[in-house]
Amino acid sequence: MSSFLQLLVSGLATGAIYALVAVGFSLLWQTSQTINFAQGEFVMIPAFFVLVAIKVLGLSFPIAALIGIAVAALVLGVLFKRVIVDPMLKHGVLPLVVSTIALSLFMREAVKDFYSSQAQPFPSLVADHDITIFGTVFSAQSLALLVVALVVVGALHGFLQHTRLGRMMQATAQNPTVARILGIEVERMILYTFLINSILCAIASILISPIYLAKFTNGETLGLAAFVAAIIGGFNQARGAMVGGVLLGILDNLCAAYVSAQYRAAVPLLLLVVIILFRPQGLMGRVEERTV
Amino acid sequence: MKRVHPLALIGGVIVAAFLLSAPMFLKSYGIYLLALWAVTTIAALGLNLTLGYAGQISLAQGAFVGLGAYTTALMTGAGVPYFVAFLASGVLTFAIGWCLGYPALRVQHHFLAFVTLAFSTLLFLLMRNEQWLTNGIYGINDIRRPTVFGISTNKNTEFYYFALSMLVAFAFIKWWMIRSPWGRAFIALRENPLRAASLGVNVRRYTLMAFAIGSAFAGFAGALYAPLVQFIEPNSFQLTYSLKLLLMVLVGGAGYFLGPFMGALIDLLLPEWLRFTQGYYLLIYSALVVTLMAFCPTGVLGIVERIREARISRAASAARAAQAPSATSSN
Amino acid sequence: MTTSTHFARKSALRRRLLGGMLLASLIGLPAMSASAQEIFIPNIVELSGAGAVSGTNWRDGIILAVEEINAKGGILGKKLNVPHLDTQSDASVARAQVQKVMDDKPYVILGPVFSGSVLVTMALAQQNEIPEFVGGEASAITQRGNKFVFRTAFGQQFSMPKIANYIRDGLKAQTVAVLWVNNDFGKGGRDNFVKEMASRNIKVVADISTESGQVDFAADVVKLKAANADAVFVYTNEEESARFLKEARKQSLKGSLIGETTLLSQKVIELAGDAANGVKGHVGLTSDAPIPALNAFGEKFKKRFNYANDHNGIKGYIAVYAIKHATEKLGKFDSKALADAMHGLTITPEQEPGILMNSTWDANGDIDRASFLGEVVGGKQKVVEVLPKLGK
Repeated sequence: MSSFLQLLVSGLATGAIYALVAVGFSLLWQTSQTINFAQGEFVMIPAFFVLVAIKVLGLSFPIAALIGIAVAALVLGVLFKRVIVDPMLKHGVLPLVVSTIALSLFMREAVKDFYSSQAQPFPSLVADHDITIFGTVFSAQSLALLVVALVVVGALHGFLQHTRLGRMMQATAQNPTVARILGIEVERMILYTFLINSILCAIASILISPIYLAKFTNGETLGLAAFVAAIIGGFNQARGAMVGGVLLGILDNLCAAYVSAQYRAAVPLLLLVVIILFRPQGLMGRVEERTV
Repeated sequence: MKRVHPLALIGGVIVAAFLLSAPMFLKSYGIYLLALWAVTTIAALGLNLTLGYAGQISLAQGAFVGLGAYTTALMTGAGVPYFVAFLASGVLTFAIGWCLGYPALRVQHHFLAFVTLAFSTLLFLLMRNEQWLTNGIYGINDIRRPTVFGISTNKNTEFYYFALSMLVAFAFIKWWMIRSPWGRAFIALRENPLRAASLGVNVRRYTLMAFAIGSAFAGFAGALYAPLVQFIEPNSFQLTYSLKLLLMVLVGGAGYFLGPFMGALIDLLLPEWLRFTQGYYLLIYSALVVTLMAFCPTGVLGIVERIREARISRAASAARAAQAPSATSSN
Repeated sequence: MTTSTHFARKSALRRRLLGGMLLASLIGLPAMSASAQEIFIPNIVELSGAGAVSGTNWRDGIILAVEEINAKGGILGKKLNVPHLDTQSDASVARAQVQKVMDDKPYVILGPVFSGSVLVTMALAQQNEIPEFVGGEASAITQRGNKFVFRTAFGQQFSMPKIANYIRDGLKAQTVAVLWVNNDFGKGGRDNFVKEMASRNIKVVADISTESGQVDFAADVVKLKAANADAVFVYTNEEESARFLKEARKQSLKGSLIGETTLLSQKVIELAGDAANGVKGHVGLTSDAPIPALNAFGEKFKKRFNYANDHNGIKGYIAVYAIKHATEKLGKFDSKALADAMHGLTITPEQEPGILMNSTWDANGDIDRASFLGEVVGGKQKVVEVLPKLGK
């Protein structure tokens, strides 16, 4: 029983990170039909912004972390939208898909060539010690990660549901044409989603890097996990992505322990296929209507 | 239908002459690279069919190449004649492509991309974990090269000619398919699926067909890849390879017949051209792709076409300007 | 109208002609012909993709050696020309790269590190009778009768028996669990390890595959706890080893944790912190060994490249010095003669300081040298016993 609990908590912590990344991913899809294949790298790279701020500028960790988030918002939010997404939107989904694939390659290579190919230790928000509750051991780091991730996701959910701005953004996501008629500044709302996505990625980056270590390959599995989580949960619902992420994290751990370690990577993918076949709108999603 | 331009024909003849005579002035590396180009191009041709003509994103083209390569390697290893294995590779990938696409396309348009993404990783896990069949992570070594019409292809030159003739054959098949009423249905599909449906094209069947045939091209490419490299391992056919093929098609120009030829060429030669940049070629390549997509999403051939159109219109307006006064004066 | 199409036609033709010629010149161009003053030793290695970390280490070890040798006038008065070519961690590219350098008559080839790529390229090396110094550790490499392939580290068929003896004699373990990373490095080690356990009648009670890049080892440790083995053999890369050690300590896993080279490396200790204490095992090549030459190498490497090397860095470095020594002994540049001379050759640090440790290459191209049994105590690797060379 205690081992089951152990797996559950561990999976929950991983799942919370997937959820953070998946929410941003599906927000981008909703508002601008952007399938971001570089999403994993968006999580990998802010840790290096922070490291540069610490090592090159000699700043303390909390300030460096804030700067990392700000740089991420600027580069992965504003610049990404203006320079890469905007010019390509009119050409449809495909060129943008290819462009983000190339972008992910670019970011990975840039970190490898200009920073280091080695995994880098990364400062942690909390001291690394273990806490025992009901015979189950939790590491303070993963507990902190879990708490911060859940708070962020919860706050975002509240923002989207209960504030005027949040609802305007949702309206934009669901039907830009109608939103425009209602007088919503659609362009600005889209820019906000890009900002939110980049900030979510930067937070995820700062949360995981003490545990995962900062390394140029970190995005590979994360990006894919976010992608799968978003589809499982429901591509057109931020809520869905959260559920999908958490589910994926827990499932991965339980499968590795009780089904097959060699095929642990297969389970989320099989789930993905099953969802697509039997509930294509995702666990929490709405049916998307086809437009001409 | 446009007639083939006589001067385009001459250009074609020059390229053909170059490809045929290449082994006379290239060293073995150049020949190997050209053979690899021919094989890669066949896979890219298939993807171009799925992508450029039926408008479906497949993220499993590399996995299908792997499936074909393993089928051929295992069958020839068990003593089956090469050409039987070659055909089996194509048939198997066609069938699996069909089975994969059928449910995905039943639900929603862009879901094929997700299903192929999952398939790509699942196939990798199978190749790696089922050691009794595939020799697992160690891969399969010493794959024999076939004897074609009594000629052994053990030397790179002979294999190159074999791969080249296969490329010509598959290019011809594709060219014929696109020109057939069938191919026009594909194009109608890409341009406007709803209208195509209203005109009586069975959208799902045609899309599925395009995907399955595209996958079969990959299977055949795999059947050539295995004896070319003479070693296959699961790692070679991971998602990255599928993404690379996708990049190739888009860089060359999706939907252009010559796009995959160009894309595969750029992908194989770019590291060569950018040698002077030391280790930075991937960085530069990816930056170039991002730029290309931003300015010309129709790829390199799209640029060529754009330049040509600009020249024609400039020439036309120049001609008009020249003609206008002379016309009045002659009258 | 006619003028315009004619215009377009002519330029189209010109473009195609130009394209054709460009293509011919670009493929046909000899890439890097060796001048008479230089000796051409290309390095073909994983610089991008899954093998990038090992490959970069290997390359930097080579760079260090080449800089040192060239600064002192090269080998037999000729400078070394060592270009680094990327295999992209892919066997087909590795083969293409080796094919390419073969056209320019290399003296020796260095790399690759991935065993799959080694297996493909060594056949070409044999055909062309060019020696190849590889980083791969899979046992198959030296079991194919290829007279042109040379290792720079123990093959797994040599390192695993050493671990197995230690588990039987040192720990007196009855049951053992093995946790390995599912790539060609981990799987090869695991297969050899399981074989050695079977021949010593030690029962393998858990056999756990992990993914490269895996971050969460909770499930794996839960399984290990259930298996309750006397010893756990851990065979994964550095970062994964560190993450595993942390999780093992968190869940207070019982049984000795045993590793081979990586688990006891400075990098793992640095990343895992306290959790690495008490880890035991066999160490092949390490800059932490109680050998001043190896420590000095580690410092030199760190100073030059600003990061700590792993065993691949030492492998690359040693490869170049082995070539230097054997060539100077021959007194000429003759690839085939070099391959012959390498078999059965012993190089000592007295003869050639760059070899770092007394090393012997046997008739199969396998390397033999001393190694260590170690333990991590108080955040430092401590050598408990020096294991002599096998051939003594």
